[in-house]
Amino acid sequence: MKKIINNPVNVVDEMLKGVVAAHPQYVRRLEGLNVIVRAASPTKKVALVSGGGSGHEPSHGGFVGKGMLDGAVAGAVFTSPTPDQVYEAIKAVDGGEGVLLVIKNYTGDIMNFEMAAEMAEAEGIKVDKVVVDDDVAVENSTWTTGRRGIAGTVFIHKIAGAKAEEGGELSEVKRVAEKVVANVRSMGMALAPCTVPEVGKPSFTLEENEAEIGMGIHGEPGTHREALRTADEIVDHLLDKILADMDLTASDEVAVLVNGLGGTPMMELYVANRRLAEVLGAKDVKVIKTFVGNYMTSIEMAGFSISVIKLDEELKELLLAPADTPALVQF
Amino acid sequence: MMENLFLGAIIAIKESIDCNKEFLTELDREIGDADHGINMARGFEAVVNKLLADPQTDLAAGLKKIGMTLLSTVGGASGPLYGTAFMRAAIPAQGKTEASKELGAEMLQAAIQGIKDRGKAVCGEKTMLDSMEPAYHAFAEGIAKDKGFLECLELACCAAEEGVEYTKTIIAKKGRASYLGERSLGHQDPGATSVLIILRALTDFYRKNS
Ligand SMILES: Nc1ncnc2c1ncn2[C@@H]1O[C@H](COP(=O)(O)OP(=O)(O)O)[C@@H](O)[C@H]1O
Ligand SMILES: [Mg+2]
Repeated sequence: MKKIINNPVNVVDEMLKGVVAAHPQYVRRLEGLNVIVRAASPTKKVALVSGGGSGHEPSHGGFVGKGMLDGAVAGAVFTSPTPDQVYEAIKAVDGGEGVLLVIKNYTGDIMNFEMAAEMAEAEGIKVDKVVVDDDVAVENSTWTTGRRGIAGTVFIHKIAGAKAEEGGELSEVKRVAEKVVANVRSMGMALAPCTVPEVGKPSFTLEENEAEIGMGIHGEPGTHREALRTADEIVDHLLDKILADMDLTASDEVAVLVNGLGGTPMMELYVANRRLAEVLGAKDVKVIKTFVGNYMTSIEMAGFSISVIKLDEELKELLLAPADTPALVQF
Repeated sequence: MMENLFLGAIIAIKESIDCNKEFLTELDREIGDADHGINMARGFEAVVNKLLADPQTDLAAGLKKIGMTLLSTVGGASGPLYGTAFMRAAIPAQGKTEASKELGAEMLQAAIQGIKDRGKAVCGEKTMLDSMEPAYHAFAEGIAKDKGFLECLELACCAAEEGVEYTKTIIAKKGRASYLGERSLGHQDPGATSVLIILRALTDFYRKNS
């Protein structure tokens, strides 16, 4: 393992200190906790709290700021945060209008966030939740845990965050968040694994010419392995799976996210985006907004994911609304 | 005495988790996200530190403290599950000063129910229940046959071992491994394995101290 770290046990703490040192105008850290909240005190609006394991930077702390999240809870690397931390985040950001928890669909995240919600509700705070399950690589069946939540979650942060900033009430913010979940689909692939600092060795191994398709964002194996193909073939494959699960027709409007998993050059992400734009263009689908970059990473994993969200007027307006956060600034 | 035995047993569990930290993490690397051993080791280290700093004289209070500590330090799926399990086990222990095999069975049953309530899983879904539930049944059967405490624990360990083996033959339907579908076949469940490790540590401790 080769990493720019000190003691592996201190990575999350030291990373959070670095985040706060870099962006004091946006965020502060709750003392003694792994919780990042907006630098300013809560205002009278619905607050959004997201979180999950660390290792996905800039998610989620990087999206704390005007127009997006109010608080982000960081667990150990790839491990859901504990209920007490989430509970403190809820308490810290509540401005009296209630708190919406944005949870990615993992058993651990759901249980820890739900327990926190129960604790906060017992104190009279209004809490509701939305569960994101955008990853089409995983079968969606009712007898399993269902799909995973991956990079499409950023669209929930952006769009529901805008709705909350606009003054929408909790039920409205939740409705919009659920609409995003219903309309966003993602799928990823990896060229090289990542190494959790405390584990010290890669989450899986791939041969020189191999790719893992349908990767999650925690180094979990994907759906299958195959010989590495060209960028265009990979994009076509991911997009086929995504579109097979979406109801898209000519002249529909979408936004896309070409998300790097941490170890992928921007050059390759743009190469992939070129094909994505080409294919969607050929279908006469209108791409209203494109995000290319590292939004939800998997430490140093090489690879990327594509997320597509189908927009209606409401979602489009909220997506294009201003945001001012460490990792996403939009006017 | 009770106090020392309780602390001793928990330290024995912690040491066993530490010894198996890499093994558990490796199992989770195969069908999960490579953190189960790390999560459990972090949790039990905190538990032992808490108990050393604030010794518990009461079994129920001790179990509750363990549950709360696991809940706030483990994270992931296993944190809320083990946390709930210990807190539920505290309920039948309320007001008891003597550990008996009957109480042991009640505690195990309460813990299992807690895991089911929180995680909504049933046996056969490749989770910690697949070693814990057979262990409980074997333990209860031992009691019914009037076996001693130690023998009941040994029966429970054997059943848990078989349960762990059984998890290799089934597809995960709960937790992170469920995303793998058939690719989870052939691998033993990390959580079922940590249950076995805890049971074994308890049994060994009891054997040495009874
Ligand atoms: N719903 C559930 N019910 C019971 N046990 C579960 C459930 N989901 C996961 N588990 C157990 O948790 C273990 C994984 O724990 P851990 O790796 O610490 O958490 P995570 O999966 O969040 O990374 C699994 O091996 C399984 O035994
Ligand atoms: Mg795990």
